[in-house]
Amino acid sequence: MNPTAELLVFRAVRAFDPARGLDAVVDVVVERGRVTAVGAGAGAEPGGAAHARVIEGGGRWLLPAFVDLHVHLREPGHEYKEDIASGLAAAAAGGYAHVCAMPNTRPVNDTRAVTEAMVARAREVGGVALHPIGAITRGLEGRDLTEMGDLQRAGAVGVSDDGRCVSSSLVMRRALEYARGFDLPVIQHCEDHELTAGADMHEGEISARLGLRGWPRVAEDIIVARDLALAGYVGARWHAAHVSTSGAVELLRAAKDRGVRATAEVTPHHLLLTDEAVLGYDTGCKVNPPLREASDVAALRRALADGTLDAIATDHAPHSPLEKDCEISQASPGLIGLELCFGLLLGLVGSDGLTLGRLVDALSTAPARIAGLEPPALVPGALAELTLVAPDERWSPAAGALRSKSRNTPFLHRELRGRVLLTIAGGRVVFDAIG
Amino acid sequence: MSARLPHLTSIRDLDAAAAERILDLAREFFEVSRRPIRKAPSLQGKTIVNLFYEASTRTRTSFELAGKRLGADVVNVSASSSSTTKGETLSDTVANLDAMHADVIVLRHPASGAAHHVATRGRARAAVVNAGDGMHEHPTQALLDAFTLRAAKGTLAGLTVAICGDIAHSRVARSNALLLPLLGARVRLAGPRTLLPHRADALGAEVFDRLEPALAGADVVMMLRIQQERLSGAALPSLREYAREFGLNSSRLALAKADALVLHPGPINRGVELSDELADGPRSAILDQVEAGVAVRMAVLHLCAAGAETPGAR
Repeated sequence: MNPTAELLVFRAVRAFDPARGLDAVVDVVVERGRVTAVGAGAGAEPGGAAHARVIEGGGRWLLPAFVDLHVHLREPGHEYKEDIASGLAAAAAGGYAHVCAMPNTRPVNDTRAVTEAMVARAREVGGVALHPIGAITRGLEGRDLTEMGDLQRAGAVGVSDDGRCVSSSLVMRRALEYARGFDLPVIQHCEDHELTAGADMHEGEISARLGLRGWPRVAEDIIVARDLALAGYVGARWHAAHVSTSGAVELLRAAKDRGVRATAEVTPHHLLLTDEAVLGYDTGCKVNPPLREASDVAALRRALADGTLDAIATDHAPHSPLEKDCEISQASPGLIGLELCFGLLLGLVGSDGLTLGRLVDALSTAPARIAGLEPPALVPGALAELTLVAPDERWSPAAGALRSKSRNTPFLHRELRGRVLLTIAGGRVVFDAIG
Repeated sequence: MSARLPHLTSIRDLDAAAAERILDLAREFFEVSRRPIRKAPSLQGKTIVNLFYEASTRTRTSFELAGKRLGADVVNVSASSSSTTKGETLSDTVANLDAMHADVIVLRHPASGAAHHVATRGRARAAVVNAGDGMHEHPTQALLDAFTLRAAKGTLAGLTVAICGDIAHSRVARSNALLLPLLGARVRLAGPRTLLPHRADALGAEVFDRLEPALAGADVVMMLRIQQERLSGAALPSLREYAREFGLNSSRLALAKADALVLHPGPINRGVELSDELADGPRSAILDQVEAGVAVRMAVLHLCAAGAETPGAR
């Protein structure tokens, strides 16, 4: 084991970093936590050091490590679902070097003290870097702005009331204006709560049949349209969390075309599942926003391919059996995703125009830029933040093998393609399944 | 005669033959209830638990009488469903009843899918009979409606049934929209758009947002109860307007066939969705529905509790 990556040589590996135009079978040398050489034969004489660890490429790919803009690590306050240690371990196993943690903890991350406590705990754990996202409004109540400057100084990389929409147009305007001065993205959970009261799933044929209250697409589209208008007016950075509808995609595309500083993310589950997964009242498929219809999935995939949806975010939302083994109306929404994301999505490459380059960009470079982080890079001199994957390995996630404390995913026992073997974050090996 | 019913959580559990079998058996039990000694003790030694998380007089009494006329031991449990007071998950409650060797658990619950949840994930050995789950289904209500129509009209084949009122929140409408077409009838659903599911077409029926076109030429008109709480949330302007635009009275009923029957699952808001004269009039089959309810529930309980150990019995 070589935790600080003192000297690590990937020999004849497919090094793939689309942001730098790199796609070649080469050697990559990591020394004292930094990439020191990328090139054919670069690893032939690894500094003459006898302690070098050599990993043969053997058809594997080395990618810039992943960045997740949207996770719930549940600490402080809900450590029975997840904590920072287990959440970061799950992130490491998923190939991530950076995760951004949403503020709906208890207490809410709406003050510097909470942000600092999260950052300090993550440093203590080590491994994957945690970047808190502060609340937009105090207590997520949608009224009074948080001290965004203080939050940013303590480590926050964005603000969001995720789980709740900032419903007031005035408060949203003020949040955008204020955050602009700090160059913080305002991340909106786009949901007109009046239109979704009591909703358990997407409003459509399936909800009509199951007798469940529906969450109509327009409840998302209305907020996306309003916020894009506000963001354009104010000139601020606005980011749409977990986009789920074809309508939101069209609105985003048009706004980006006219120069609005908007970005957006999409989750693996919205790219893969439809509301039919809820037939049988499967609480594991209850998520907010809900799983939509095939036409939405198709629109999301095309928008990911063309970059309208900039980033892939898991919205990793751990819940215990207490919140899931119950009637669907009582169940908490959300599912976990950090450890499964890459294996779920690699199979989409080649369909709907999605290239491997765009997929890696959406998992790494694009979300890093949105969060204002230095994007992981496969270039000499860069801090080593790398993910080694076996692209053809087929595997099935088993409940007992997950590092997350929670098991709430409908993808258990599904066959996935593409497995993360090794993750280097912040110059350190944080996950190693090579054995 | 009796292939056992493992559960009855939805009309989707039945095909046409299974539905007919329940109705045929109910026909036999119907006679039992009209005898001086109303017992057909096929479930002696069996235990039936009525687990009701919602208030109910008619349905609970109907299930209780059905169980008792079959000779079963019947226990009524009134439970609270609010998450703050229940202190135990639904599946744990059912697991406990199961450990006491209940043969059938009759469940009424305010959450859509509750019966399905209990039957599939509640680890229950007992048969689960859905006595109403939220806005989802009420299969024995649909069966008793079908029984009533078959008794009055001979067959359901070719009948046009207009179901009118608060379709969106109605488990009765959903179960009937599945069962009646299975038995050959055509179903129309009518109500103000605010009380229709956005994709009401998914229920497999013709959809109308006014009463009159739905009534035209109908053989049966089934009126649903309107809940006072629909007046909040902007679904309806007033009961007065609802009664005038969507209530059934003699002049509206004249749009239907001359021998059209009037049904209502009860309890009735007299003068709102249904005029007094129609509720008590000669075309009303409302009390026939109630009588049929006991017979249909006897049949369902019999098939759920007795069939497994006495194949070919009856």
